[in-house]
Amino acid sequence: MIPGNDGHVGSIVVTQGSQTRVINAAYSAQRLAADGSLTAATLTEAEVKESFGTTLAALPGKPATFLLYFLEGKDELTAESKVELEKVFAELKRRPLPDIVVIGHTDTMGSLPFNDRLSLARAERLREMMIELGIPAERITAAGRGKRELLVPTDDMVSEARNRRVEINVR
Amino acid sequence: MRKALILAVALAIAGPAVAADIGLVKVSSGDVQIQRGTNKLPATVGAGLQTQDVIVTGANGSAGITFSDNSLVSIGPNSIFAIEKYQFDSTTYAGEFEGNLKQGRLAAVSGKMVKQSPESMKIRTPSAIMGVRGTEFLVQVDAPAKP
Repeated sequence: MIPGNDGHVGSIVVTQGSQTRVINAAYSAQRLAADGSLTAATLTEAEVKESFGTTLAALPGKPATFLLYFLEGKDELTAESKVELEKVFAELKRRPLPDIVVIGHTDTMGSLPFNDRLSLARAERLREMMIELGIPAERITAAGRGKRELLVPTDDMVSEARNRRVEINVR
Repeated sequence: MRKALILAVALAIAGPAVAADIGLVKVSSGDVQIQRGTNKLPATVGAGLQTQDVIVTGANGSAGITFSDNSLVSIGPNSIFAIEKYQFDSTTYAGEFEGNLKQGRLAAVSGKMVKQSPESMKIRTPSAIMGVRGTEFLVQVDAPAKP
């Protein structure tokens, strides 16, 4: 395991035959020998660089995420979101052959299928806006996540402007 | 008729990467190829990837891939990485990702699918299987010792 940019270390579960080991500490490892034995090990940062330097150098940059909000009941972005959209364009210039996912989210008013449709419609509207601004259509996909991922947790059937958003991932 | 058919197939293989691809090559350095069935395609930056593709690097090669769920995978020199299964639902974030590192080195950062359901991403090696709960990890498979 290696720590993320934020220092957070995740975990993976290694299974070999009937043996199972969890690796969940920074620079910890399991070595699997030809005879099938598993041995815990801890590498140093320098050893990781030595073995995996070229591999890590080829890892693409982390996707960048932007949040945009529409004026209520209109297909026009808020003033703040227009500024945010300019940051999206700056990010596009920094990446080799960028691709973009536009993900619509809703608040909890209405049913799951209703919000799935609404969120996709919002994402597709923003996708069209970005195409009009000159981004090749084939590089942008739209997805609707409905009310599954609330930015501000609420009960069901609650109107909350901050949840009515569109998320843009630039990869 | 026959010519037209072959042309259509060639276009399907060589056409520009489209958003329906499961992943895109974002970094390509040195000798890198995509094996798709019996075809060998150059893994240029922007090339689209499909399930069952195998990415193969030479002694001076390395490649970086972004997948549709935002997971990132790179492979180092002398590596063979097969994408055996990949599915991702962009609405529910349900999916499965099974990669097989047959040889070489891999670095990975898990994406939305693992955040939604831990261990939905698995990396196999010739002798073990890793269930990914998150987030950044490395795998190395040494070439078998010569007898």
